[in-house]
Amino acid sequence: MKAIISIKDLHKTYSSGFIALKKINLEIKAGEIFALLGPNGAGKTTLISIICGIVTPSGGTVIADGSDIISDYRTARSKIGLVPQELTTDAFETVWATVTFSRGLFGCPPNDAYIEKILRQLSLWDKKNAKIRELSGGMKRRVMIAKALSHEPTILFLDEPTAGVDVELRRDMWDMVRELRERGVTILLTTHYIEEAEEMADRIGVINNGEIILVEDKATLMSKLGKKTLIIQLQNSVASIPPLLEKYQLQLSAQGFELHYSYDMQQPENGIAQLLADLDSVNLKVKDLHSSESSLEEIFVSLVNE
Amino acid sequence: MNWYGVKAIYYFEMARSWRTMMQSLASPVLSTSLYFVVFGTAIGSRMGDIDGVSYGAFIIPGLVMLSLLSQSISNASFGIFFPKFSGTIYEVLSAPVSPFEIVLGYVGAAATKSMVIGVVTLITARLFVDYSIDHPFWMLVFLVLTSITFSLFGFMIGIWADDFQKLQIIPLMIITPLTFLGGAFYSISMLPEPWQTLTLFNPVVYLISGFRWSFYSVADVSIGLSLSMTFLFLITCLAGTYWIFKTGYRLKS
Repeated sequence: MKAIISIKDLHKTYSSGFIALKKINLEIKAGEIFALLGPNGAGKTTLISIICGIVTPSGGTVIADGSDIISDYRTARSKIGLVPQELTTDAFETVWATVTFSRGLFGCPPNDAYIEKILRQLSLWDKKNAKIRELSGGMKRRVMIAKALSHEPTILFLDEPTAGVDVELRRDMWDMVRELRERGVTILLTTHYIEEAEEMADRIGVINNGEIILVEDKATLMSKLGKKTLIIQLQNSVASIPPLLEKYQLQLSAQGFELHYSYDMQQPENGIAQLLADLDSVNLKVKDLHSSESSLEEIFVSLVNE
Repeated sequence: MNWYGVKAIYYFEMARSWRTMMQSLASPVLSTSLYFVVFGTAIGSRMGDIDGVSYGAFIIPGLVMLSLLSQSISNASFGIFFPKFSGTIYEVLSAPVSPFEIVLGYVGAAATKSMVIGVVTLITARLFVDYSIDHPFWMLVFLVLTSITFSLFGFMIGIWADDFQKLQIIPLMIITPLTFLGGAFYSISMLPEPWQTLTLFNPVVYLISGFRWSFYSVADVSIGLSLSMTFLFLITCLAGTYWIFKTGYRLKS
């Protein structure tokens, strides 16, 4: 799949001397949902802000849908929609006025039918004449998305789209993002909610201290770095791990009724069969077995801490 | 050229003033009316003519200039300050609009509003005092140039200001005194030396003098000098605005 955004050697040092980005190289493929994960202050918002033209880069290049974001900023920006992290709206404007303003600002001729369509999709049609200050936080977030989509962009940036949003709206938003992707819109979202990336992303990039430390398909990442844990429930509790089982580095829990065995999914031989045989030989009766996969959150924490 | 973008900013700004009609139009008209009542009718009736013009009529160009300057600055500074303050400026900065188009939208709207207020002030003056406009074309030239120049100046203040106090300080501490001392209420020939010479360093003198000439064909300084100085201020403000966008001063980090 061809890259719709190519970032080469992008770096940013703020006037305070703070280095926000260190030589970022990244390619976002057309039509994918790319999640950029990172702790607060990692450089996520700076990266998005540079691509959108809000922050001036110190060096490097970004090509968005074939156009350089500096030398051909008009074409580049007309293809990008941005939903910023903060709920910054014109409190005294109506929903309709602010969305049509955005469309005009991005150089598009008026198209009431299209604006109506996006307002309906975002369940905002009933509120089209309401002043933005009268809307709930979740509704305001939808207005921000409607504004970002008003000029029919091919690339959408969602900067922490579900920060402070209730569970229901979060689900709605995820559905909407998927729908957008189906229509061919490439989506780059930043988040520090791992659940969000895990739920939606095709690929995941991890940024920390201004550096991209990893870019991977979500599934590959999960299997590459994911540890699995086998939980063995015993019929009778044990006070300590028998010496024969020490090599498995088991952990005792549930008052001695559970043994936890961690293994790497990448290893061809995970040792489970041998462990079960050894349990039998030390006369420990197994009541039940189940396994759990490590979440993206655990992967992320271990990456960032490295 | 992104005309839709310019239009969007311009109409957005005009709609904002329409919503706040009372502040935008009624309050400058009321305050100017008070000047006419107090200085034009009450005190003016006891004062002699200045350069052959009755005092009530003499102060009209100065008062219109006073409201033009203050309105241009406050409209334009607030217009760009508020999106910066509320954060909505992100959208303008991320849109495919050039600095020139942004300025055209914001400054164009602010200048339009102050011209409307200037004309309304003139019409209001008619209710109190009889006056003539000898050179309507030049009157319009001064009206338009001053509105654009000081809207640009206000735009720069709006970008410079990072709180509401700073937004007010230049209009209050610099522009109002300069206007009052710029010959709005007197002819500078009435001042003793060294004030008469010092006054010539006040840029507002040239604006008021030129504007008054377009009404009554009398001026403190020559019309050519007034026009040249007005253009000089315009060019200075254009250069300042250009520098702001060139460097991203207080707009982009």
